[in-house]
Amino acid sequence: MSNPLTILVVDDEPAIRRLLHAGLTRADYRVVEAGSAKETLSAIRIDKPEVVLLDLGLPDRDGLELIPIIKSVGPAVIVVSARDATDQKVAALDLGADDYVSKPFDSEEVLARIRTALRHRLANETAHPIVRCGEIEIDLAGRIVRKSGVEIHLTPKEYGLLAELAKSPGRVVTHAQLLRSVWGPGHESDVEYLRVAARGIRRRLEDDPSQPTLIRNEPGVGYRLILS
Amino acid sequence: MNDQRPDPDALLRAAAREGKGRLKVFLGAAPGVGKTYEMLTDGAARRDAGIDVVIGIVETHGRRETEDKVHGFEVVPRKTIEYQGHILDEMDIDAILARKPALVLVDELAHTNAPGSRHDKRYQDIEELLEAGINVYSTLNIQHLESLNDLIASFTRVRVRETLPDRVIEDAELEIVDIPPDELIERLREGKVYIPEVATRALGHFFSKSNLSALRELALRRAAQAVDAQMLDYMRANAVAGTWAVNDRLVLAISEQPGGPELVRAAKRLADALRAPWTAVHIETPRSTGFTKAEHTQLAETMHLAAQLGAQVATVPATSVLEGLKQFAADARATQLIVGKSVRSRWFEIRHGSVVDRLVRETPGLAVHVLPFEPSQFRRSLPPERSGGAWGAPSGYAVSLGLVFVVTVLGMAIFARGNITNIGLLFLIPVMVAATRYGLRTGIVTGLISSLAYNFFFIPPTHTFTIEDPQNIITVLVLLGVAIVGSQLASQVREQALLAQASSAQNSSLAGFARQLTGISTTDELAQVLCAEVARLLDGNTMILIPEKDSLSIRASCPSGYKLELLDEAAARWTLDNNKPAGRGSDTLTASEWLFYPVGTAGKVMAVFGLSRSDARAPIRSDQLPLLLSLLDQAGLALERIALEEEMSNLAHVRERDRLRHALLSSVSHDLRTPLTTILGSLKEIRATSPEQEQQLLATRSEAERLHRFVANLLDMVRIEAGSLHQSIEPVDLSEAVASALHDLGATLLDHPTHMNIPADLPFVLVDPQLFHHCLINLIENAAKYGQPGTPVTIAAHRDAHGLALSVEDEGPGIPEGQEKRIFETFTRIEGSDRKGGTGLGLAIVKGFAEAMGLEVLAANRTDGMGASFAIRFRPGQLKEWPRE
Repeated sequence: MSNPLTILVVDDEPAIRRLLHAGLTRADYRVVEAGSAKETLSAIRIDKPEVVLLDLGLPDRDGLELIPIIKSVGPAVIVVSARDATDQKVAALDLGADDYVSKPFDSEEVLARIRTALRHRLANETAHPIVRCGEIEIDLAGRIVRKSGVEIHLTPKEYGLLAELAKSPGRVVTHAQLLRSVWGPGHESDVEYLRVAARGIRRRLEDDPSQPTLIRNEPGVGYRLILS
Repeated sequence: MNDQRPDPDALLRAAAREGKGRLKVFLGAAPGVGKTYEMLTDGAARRDAGIDVVIGIVETHGRRETEDKVHGFEVVPRKTIEYQGHILDEMDIDAILARKPALVLVDELAHTNAPGSRHDKRYQDIEELLEAGINVYSTLNIQHLESLNDLIASFTRVRVRETLPDRVIEDAELEIVDIPPDELIERLREGKVYIPEVATRALGHFFSKSNLSALRELALRRAAQAVDAQMLDYMRANAVAGTWAVNDRLVLAISEQPGGPELVRAAKRLADALRAPWTAVHIETPRSTGFTKAEHTQLAETMHLAAQLGAQVATVPATSVLEGLKQFAADARATQLIVGKSVRSRWFEIRHGSVVDRLVRETPGLAVHVLPFEPSQFRRSLPPERSGGAWGAPSGYAVSLGLVFVVTVLGMAIFARGNITNIGLLFLIPVMVAATRYGLRTGIVTGLISSLAYNFFFIPPTHTFTIEDPQNIITVLVLLGVAIVGSQLASQVREQALLAQASSAQNSSLAGFARQLTGISTTDELAQVLCAEVARLLDGNTMILIPEKDSLSIRASCPSGYKLELLDEAAARWTLDNNKPAGRGSDTLTASEWLFYPVGTAGKVMAVFGLSRSDARAPIRSDQLPLLLSLLDQAGLALERIALEEEMSNLAHVRERDRLRHALLSSVSHDLRTPLTTILGSLKEIRATSPEQEQQLLATRSEAERLHRFVANLLDMVRIEAGSLHQSIEPVDLSEAVASALHDLGATLLDHPTHMNIPADLPFVLVDPQLFHHCLINLIENAAKYGQPGTPVTIAAHRDAHGLALSVEDEGPGIPEGQEKRIFETFTRIEGSDRKGGTGLGLAIVKGFAEAMGLEVLAANRTDGMGASFAIRFRPGQLKEWPRE
C-alpha cells in the first residue's frame, strides 16, 4: 500500500508494544507507540492514527477516560486490556470504544478486529445497505432478511436487533446500546427482551440454533454479528 | 405523633400486601376447641355467598360433625409421597395453584410436610399460595407459635416440635376459637378430641384446667396483640392522631407523704398485670424545699423502692404538681396514671380544688387510678418543722433591729422639725429588708418592733404605747401586713431559686461528666473517670468491674486498691447476670457492703458499678438515685461507643488487609499476564523451520497456555476466597450460555463430541453471566479432561419440583466412592488420574462461583455407571419465565 494506515499502540509495557508492533508491521500498517496517556494525546494529534489499540491500565490516567477524547478526534478505539472484568468491557464500549480484546490475545484476532473497525469506519451505511453473513443476507434499506435467497419473516423486534447488529458487523454491541436503540430509552436493563429476540432470530435463521454461528453472545457484555 | 402525615413504612407494608392473598388464622388454645369446624363453617358461608372456595387439606380425624361440614366443598386431591416405605399424603400445592380458587382452606398451619415435599413446612406452601393471590384460611394451636413455645412447654411439660415463626401470622387476620376449659375437658372425656403427637401419659397434665386457662389467656392475648399491631399500622398509614397506644405505659406519682411504699407496690402489680413499663415520678414544686427531714427520708425511700422494683425514676421540677404530672404523662405517653389519694385537708381542697379531680378532667385519654393510703400510715407530722432554722439567723435580727434603730433616729431628726404624719412610711424600709432578706418571722418581728417604735416615739402621746388616733392604728397594721406579704413573696422567689440551683447543679454535674466522657477513648480511662466523678458527687467509695471472658474483675476504684470479698463478687456477678442492682440497700445479697448497679445500654450489661460508704450508712440516698442512674446511663453509652470504636478500628485493619490483597491481586494479574501475553503472542508468530522445531514450538505453546490457564484459575480462586466477586445478576438463556461456553472452549473439545439436550421451554436462570460462563467452561473442560477420548460430553437441563438442574456428564472413570464432596476442594485431583493439564482448581472454582451466586453444585456418578455427572441446581427463586410478547 502506498499510503499505509496508521495504528497507535498504547500500552505501558514495552514488550507488548514490541509484540504488536511486529505483527502489525507485517500486516503493512504503520505503527506508532505510546506508553502513557500524555504520549497518547500528543500522538493522536501528530500522527493522526486511524485505529488506537488502547490498554486501560496506564500509569498516569485511567484508560477509560481517554476513550471519549480519542473518539472525539476521530480514530476507532479497540481496548486491549488485562482487565477481564465484564463491567470494564461494558464501560469501555458504552464510552464509545469500537471493540475490545482481552490479554493474552492472538495477533490474528487483533488484526481481524482492526479490519472490522476500519471497514466500519470507511463504510458508509447507505452505500452498503446489504450485509452478507454466509448465506444470510440482511437488506437494511429494504428491511428484508433472506436465507439462501429466500425471504425469512422476522418479528419487528427481531429484525430491529439483527439490523442494529448488522450496522456494526463483527463488532460487539452492548446490551444497553441494543436495548436503547431497538426498544427505546428506559429499557436498558430489560436483558430478557434481548434474549427472547436473539433466540427468535436463531430459530429462524440458524441451521442448528443450539450451535449459533450468526449472532455470538458475549456473556454479560452484548452480542456480535459474525461475518463469514 | 405530631405531624399528621402517614408513616411511609406503614404505607409500604400496606402496599406489599396488595395483590397478595390474605391469610386468616383460626387460633385455638388447645386441640379440640373446634378450630377446623369453625374454619369450615366460615368457609361454607363464603362459598354460599358465591365465592370460589376449595379445601386444600382438612383432617377430620373421623369426627362426624366435621366430616358433615366437608361435604359440599370441592376438595383438591392430595398428593401421595412415598417415604421409607410409608405412603404419606400431603396437600398438592401445584394442583391448588393450577386450580386457582379465590379461597382455600388449609388445616394445621404448623404442619411439617413429608420429606421430599417442595417446602419443609406447610406455612411455606401457604406463603406461596398467598403470593399467587389466593386467600387462605388455616388453623393453629397457640402452643405451636415459636415465641411462646418455651413458655408453654415450661408449664405444660409438653414440647411441640412443629413450631411456626411468629411473622407468619403477623399480617394475618386472627380469629379466636374459644371454649371454656371445663367444656373442653368434658369433650376430651367424651373422646371428641383428637390429639396429634402428644404422648398419652402427658395428656392428663396438659389438659388440666389451670393449663388450659393459661393457654387460653395466651391465645387471647396474642390475638389482642395482633389487633393492636394491625391497628397501629392502620393508624400510622392513615395518620390517625390521638390516643391509640394499646400497649400501656404507666406513671406513678410519688409524693412526700407516708404510704408511698404501698402505692409503689400497687403500681408494680398493675404494671406487671399490664406488662407495661412504668415510671415513678416525683414532681418537685416550690413547696418541696419546705420538706421536713422525715418527709425527705420518706420520699427517698419510696423512690428507692420504685427503682428496685423495676421502675424508671424521675424527679421533675414544676410550678405545681398538677402541671408537672400533666406534662410528664404527656411526654412519657402514659396511658395509666396512679396517684395516691391526697391527705390534704378539706379546707385545702375547697380552696385549691382537688388535684385528682382536675387531673381526671384535664387529661382525657389517660386512665387515672386513685389509690387510698393505708389508714395506719396516715400520720401527718404536725406542725411541719421547718428545715434549716425556720426562725431565721440571729444576724438577721441584729441587722433588722439596727435598721429600725437607724430609722428611728432619722425619724426623730426629721420629727424635730415638725410633725410629719407619714413618717411611719420610713419604717417600711427595715420591714421590707428583713422580710425579703431574712424570711417571714424576722420580717414579722421587725414589723412588730417597728410599729412599737413608731408608736412609742412618734404617735401622740409620744413615749407611751397608747394610740389615740385610729388613723395610726392603720399605719401599724400596714407595717405588719407589708412584713407578711413581702416576706412570703421573697421566700417564694428564694425557694424557687434554690430549686433551680439544685437542679442546675445536677445538670451541670451531668453535663460536666458528659463532656469528660466525650474525650475518653479507652475503657480504662472511662472506668477511672466514672469512679472518681461519682465518688466526688455522692461522697462515697466507688468501683467499676468489667467482665472479660469468664472473669469479673475491678477495672478501677476510688479510692484505689479495693479487693473484692467473695460476697461482693457474688453480688456483682448477680448484677451482671440479671441486669439489676444487688448488694447493700437492694433486694438481693444485702449482706455485701457494696451496692452494685449494672452499666450498659438496651438490656446489655457491659460493666458493673459498685458504691459503698465507709460509715456503714446506706450507699445512696434516693434523692441522689436519679443523678447516679443518669451518670451510669451516660457511662453505659460511652462504653458502647468505645466498644464500637474498637470494633471499627478492627474493621479498619481488616479493610487495610483487604486493600493490600486487592492491590496484590491486581498487580499479580497485570504483571503475570503481561509477560504471558508477550510469550504466547510471540510463540504464535514464530515459524518453525524443521519438524523437530515444530514439535518443540507446539510443546512450548501448550505449556505457556497451561501456565496462563493456571494463573487465571489461581486469580479466580483468590477472588473467591477474598469474597471480592463482583456480581450483576441478570436473566440468562441457558442454551445461549452453553453455546458461548462451547465456543470459547474450542480446541479443548476436539476429542469430544458434545450432546446438548436443553429444552426450548426452560425459563431464564438468574445468574451473573460472566461467573456462570466460567462455571460452565470449567465444568465442560473437566468433563473433557476425564472423559475417554472420543466419548461424548452430554449437557442436559431439566426442570423438576425443586427448580431446575443443568448437568454435564462424561464417559470416564467416574468419581471414586466417598469422594463426591472432596473433589470440589482446592488442588484435589482424582486418584489414579495421571493425565496432564489439570490445575486441581477447576471444580473448586465452579463451586466457589456457583455458591457466590447462591447455586448448588453436586457431583455424582452417572446412573448408568458410565462416568461422572456434575449438576448445577437452580432454586425456583433463581428462575424467571420468558416474557410473552
